[in-house]
Amino acid sequence: MIYDVIVIGGGPAGLAAALEAKNEGAEKVLILERDRELGGILNQCIHNGFGLHHFKEELTGPEYAGRFIEMVKNTDIEVSLDTMVLEVTKEKQVHCVSKTEGYRILEAKAIVLAMGCRERTRGAISIPGTRPAGVLTAGTAQRYVNMEGYMVGKRIVILGSGDIGLIMARRMTLEGAKVLACIELMPYSGGLTRNIVQCLHDYDIPLYLSHTIVDIKGDKRVEQVVAARVDENRRPIPGTEMTFDCDTLLLSVGLIPENELTKNAGIEIDKRTKGAVVYENMQTETEGIFACGNVVHVHDLVDFVTAESQRAGRAAARCALAGGVDGGKTITMKNGSAVTYTVPQKIRTGNVEKLCELFFRVNKVMQKAEIEVLDGENVIAHFKREHLAPGEMEKIALPRMLLDKAAGSELVVSVREVE
Amino acid sequence: MTELICIGCPKGCHLQVDEENNYEVSGASCEKGAAYGKIELTDPRRVVTSTVRVKGASPARCSVKTNAAVPKGDIFAVMKALDAVELSSPVKIGDIVIANVCGTGADVVATRNI
Repeated sequence: MIYDVIVIGGGPAGLAAALEAKNEGAEKVLILERDRELGGILNQCIHNGFGLHHFKEELTGPEYAGRFIEMVKNTDIEVSLDTMVLEVTKEKQVHCVSKTEGYRILEAKAIVLAMGCRERTRGAISIPGTRPAGVLTAGTAQRYVNMEGYMVGKRIVILGSGDIGLIMARRMTLEGAKVLACIELMPYSGGLTRNIVQCLHDYDIPLYLSHTIVDIKGDKRVEQVVAARVDENRRPIPGTEMTFDCDTLLLSVGLIPENELTKNAGIEIDKRTKGAVVYENMQTETEGIFACGNVVHVHDLVDFVTAESQRAGRAAARCALAGGVDGGKTITMKNGSAVTYTVPQKIRTGNVEKLCELFFRVNKVMQKAEIEVLDGENVIAHFKREHLAPGEMEKIALPRMLLDKAAGSELVVSVREVE
Repeated sequence: MTELICIGCPKGCHLQVDEENNYEVSGASCEKGAAYGKIELTDPRRVVTSTVRVKGASPARCSVKTNAAVPKGDIFAVMKALDAVELSSPVKIGDIVIANVCGTGADVVATRNI
């Protein structure tokens, strides 16, 4: 039997892609999920703030996931839980293994990669010091506390001010721990401003910008961490050390798209996003294999993951039902000044209905910025923004007419501050 | 004049609230922001999210929230009230876990199915 669409990953991206593939007419749709339940990381994100765009109301993570799980249950989409995918091939075979089904090789007309991302660990950022217990990634701590019911420590320091770190600062405080500090290497926070306000300011937790951790001390358990200010090259400045007596260090130092399957399938990866290179409909460079959500680029908001994944699911269903698409002219998007990446990286103009949404991030905090799209020397579109920050993904919409008119095969997106 | 950052949505508008002029809010890009600016200075409130024990189930905790924002000063009292709760399955999203928690007028409700 051949599936129309196999979706790898049952988090928000996979759920939305599978549902949309089904809505678009795909008959046999299968979700493969390695955890014991659907919902992915949303299940442990018990805080609110999800769904303002998609559902027009403020939900917690489990509620947002719950709505999609309910919708999937009301269809004949198949779900295999506790199932680990080992390999995906360009011929669209999926090798997977589970306790109940054993080793299976499944075939599909289209595949959607929705594996999400994982956290960078202590090893990834090479913090010096001893190796005691009590150094955890913020997301691991979140799972222990919110799902398994274990408290991870009493006196806590958090390195990194990404959203998970900020959310965990509040969560640990509410559960009775003392959060001594949130320490951020960069001169700005990597998280949303609202989280600085409601997670740190609300509980008087100090945020040390331009600081890092230079030593972890402790024999069996963390006893102290030492932080220091860094210079403009992010090197610690001797003499600025502060010592915190703590038993736990949480790391919120970035997320990496989980692309082992993608790489092994020989699908092209973008070094900037660490995710697959994708077209306007979220297809990768391999026809019939699509990717969406945090496995493509790390998002701030699940609502945008949902929208992107619906696009992928729709395209996967069309591909399964009708075969490949004739997309017309291909435009490659390049990042110009102050822009770190764009998604999609490639646009086939013939596939764009009216507008093509383009997502990107900037490399510094900017006020009153102008976003420009350049076709060679010519500015073909510009957009104004009051505030841009690396922690906040930005999007612009390019009309198809504009793309059709582009003379070159490359467009550059760049951002500059205006007086 | 007090400067605030709105927490109504991820946009994080920079608000200016004029206490001497009936808490008039400028800098908000929607009505929510204007309301937040005033209430934040007069009666600050937050939605509390946490978990409660579940008897013999997997996962061992059920996530919950207050179904309305509660006064900031009551947050830790709400957390304490949750310590005493133990649910047994089945639990449905929206089930009331504690009605009118700590007299705030808000109910604590389940946010996942178990």
